[in-house]
Amino acid sequence: MIQNFFKRVLLGLITLLAVITLVFFMIRLMPGSPFTKDRNIPKEVEENLKKKMHLDGTLWEQYYDYMGNVLKGDLSPSIKYRNRTVNEIIAQTLPVSFTLGSVAFVLAVGIGVSLGCLAAVKHGTWMDQSAMFLSVLGISLPSFVIGPTLILIFALKWTLFPVAGWGTLSHLVLPSLCLSLPYAAYIARLTRTSMLEVISADFIRTARAKGLSECQVIFRHALKVAILPIVSYCGPLAANILTGSLVVEEIFKIPGIASFFVNSIFSKDFTMIGGTVIVYSALLIAFNLLVDMAYSLLDSRIKLQ
Amino acid sequence: MATKFSHFLIAIFLLFLIASCGPNDQRADLVFLNGSEPESLDPAIITGQLEGRIASALFEGLLCRNPAGTPVAGVAETWELSPDGKTYTFHLRHNAKWSNGDPVTSADFVQSWERTLNPTTASEYAYQLFYIRNAEEYYTGKLKDFSHVGVQATDPYTLIVQLNNPTPFFLDLCAFPTLMPVHLPSVLRYGDDWIKPGYMISNGAFMLETWKINQTIRLRANPYYWDRDTLKIQTVEILPTNQANTAFNLYYSGAADLMLDKGLVPSILLHKLRHRPDFHSAPFLGTSFYRLNVTRPPFTDLRVRQAFCMVIDKNLLVDKITRAGETTTDTFVPPGIAGYQSGQGLPYQPEKARQLLAEAGYPGGKGFPEISILFNKTEQNEAIATEIQQMYLKELGVHVKLKQQEWKTYLGSMSSLDYEIARSSWVGDYNDPNTFLDMFVTGGGNNRTGWSNATYDELIRKAAVELDPAKRMKIFQEAETLLCAEAPILPLHYYVGIQFYDPKRVSGIEPNVLDEHPLKYIRVQKTP
Repeated sequence: MIQNFFKRVLLGLITLLAVITLVFFMIRLMPGSPFTKDRNIPKEVEENLKKKMHLDGTLWEQYYDYMGNVLKGDLSPSIKYRNRTVNEIIAQTLPVSFTLGSVAFVLAVGIGVSLGCLAAVKHGTWMDQSAMFLSVLGISLPSFVIGPTLILIFALKWTLFPVAGWGTLSHLVLPSLCLSLPYAAYIARLTRTSMLEVISADFIRTARAKGLSECQVIFRHALKVAILPIVSYCGPLAANILTGSLVVEEIFKIPGIASFFVNSIFSKDFTMIGGTVIVYSALLIAFNLLVDMAYSLLDSRIKLQ
Repeated sequence: MATKFSHFLIAIFLLFLIASCGPNDQRADLVFLNGSEPESLDPAIITGQLEGRIASALFEGLLCRNPAGTPVAGVAETWELSPDGKTYTFHLRHNAKWSNGDPVTSADFVQSWERTLNPTTASEYAYQLFYIRNAEEYYTGKLKDFSHVGVQATDPYTLIVQLNNPTPFFLDLCAFPTLMPVHLPSVLRYGDDWIKPGYMISNGAFMLETWKINQTIRLRANPYYWDRDTLKIQTVEILPTNQANTAFNLYYSGAADLMLDKGLVPSILLHKLRHRPDFHSAPFLGTSFYRLNVTRPPFTDLRVRQAFCMVIDKNLLVDKITRAGETTTDTFVPPGIAGYQSGQGLPYQPEKARQLLAEAGYPGGKGFPEISILFNKTEQNEAIATEIQQMYLKELGVHVKLKQQEWKTYLGSMSSLDYEIARSSWVGDYNDPNTFLDMFVTGGGNNRTGWSNATYDELIRKAAVELDPAKRMKIFQEAETLLCAEAPILPLHYYVGIQFYDPKRVSGIEPNVLDEHPLKYIRVQKTP
């Protein structure tokens, strides 16, 4: 198991290096330069800028330079935010996205699993139908509809929460709800399907025959098996939700990393694109590994291979 | 055991949550919405208006702006200009101080300008200093010794600036961020970190207290500022966002007192918001226009260019699309520049346009080559381009395509003249026709139309050395008329500056063409 774990970590690192290399060359193939501005910059100025940002050498020299720095943990200064390093921006914005994301993650799993269980247990009743109606709504309504609707009702009409911003616990409520709802809806459907399959299995019949209460049957026996597909969904979900969402961050003015992840592409901020892609890929790799580990812990039939 | 562990995890999670949210600071005297996160606050580096607003509160140049946008005495108390119009002698006030109590001296200006012109600083707006003798040579490395550049500190409170030519707008430039001084000892000591809270030493009305990326910037009154008696607010909080709806929600819910950037007004609501008592707008020193690529047929033909300029019903665009009270124009230089009267443009004459197009060999648009309108994708740009596309089809029988590109790609296409018609805009750096007209000289970096005209170049050169202000304005007027007649550009409308604030609570803001509203003069009545 430990050997396999290290093998997976090594594989992850190689994947990460490949991603960095690919991104490094792809962003340089994009049309337009980071120094193209609406006001023309004199040639000498552009040369000085390139020199300062280490973008004046050949592509290979730049790659060698950048890789060297990345391996040392230095993601270089941002091209757009000239007094800041990419490390600094990530260090300030990632915890924000993490905080919002972890709350949204807990909400998504909490709401999703309970709604899914309810729908499966009360299969065919009005409760099942309304839970599934809500989940279809959650999946199909994009966050740029949910967000403003939440603001309109809970911040402008009832003034229960601030309209946007960051800093207090009350600032967290609406954006985390908005971020979690689509995922919660998806998890609810996933849980329902998987739960329906499990509760018709033999071992559940045995558990019922033993005289266990319905609650014990569902939560102690059925959920343990039914949760497996949700666990595997949680890996990419965690990476996704923890790195934030541009739409939610912009609607609620959350100072997270997602806006840098997306906007750096428009401003051709090479180093910022590189830095955020590294963070995102590393998280994705790490969470997938975690999920596989959790899998083998939950179900002894599956080995970490 | 497992339950204990999960309780422990939940406790950690909650602690992390509370710690990362942190306590909210008390509301500042003025909270305002300023547009996106500033790229920097270093006066030598910044280029945008939103950064300029904050930098002008933190730093003060030889001159600064009053609420009307006019340059008035800043660090310099008085100044004289030599009879040939080329040498300024600035007398600095003795009570101007940095936020650590150090005096602001003429040496600070010399060192700061040297830093701006130093190639290693890579200042994009360094060319604002190129009016000074030998500044450009030093910047491009032709001159190594800065002592040959026309800036001298003859004593701690006297600064002599020698210019290449008489430059009537030089005093205006002295209030521009690029020419503001920085505290060099802290720049040298902290490197790129010098602009961060705790390190930054500034000489303006405010100093930097907090700067959390994309979250907030907090300023506090500088206790050493020479004109601190004018200040009526002690703290200012700037909320960065580039989302119009989010910004407006914040303003509407009372979380902000003032909204300054016109990009922050949801355009779809503009026609309704315009009638609110807290909506304020004023003409702005900026023009929206289309560029025509004169190096590419059919726009190599003057008649075609003129025809394309004369069929645009500009009133329709401002009434139906922009809707913020913009005025249409056939000329390029916006009104509001003292002493300047606009030249002549090409008026709306569809009949004549059709005739011109027929003379050029395309009667009724027959045989017209395939061309497109290039624009960067925004809702408004698209709406205007679509409207203009219809006007060309209806009036000239010409079908033009629409081509939208992402911002930097669009700029690249325009610079490399890879377009036929391109949506454009220009905002003046200072209050003088030169900032609009010198861009169209042959080979000018911002020309981007391929247009070249010897007479025009000569007029701009003549204006640059003309000492008599009235004659100088006359020359500019002649140049503008020539530019419009030659039609490498198609002027559409002037911009307006928009501010949102409740006039009963917020005062000290005056409409001005630069849309500059120095924080120093703003007063806010506290809500009970």
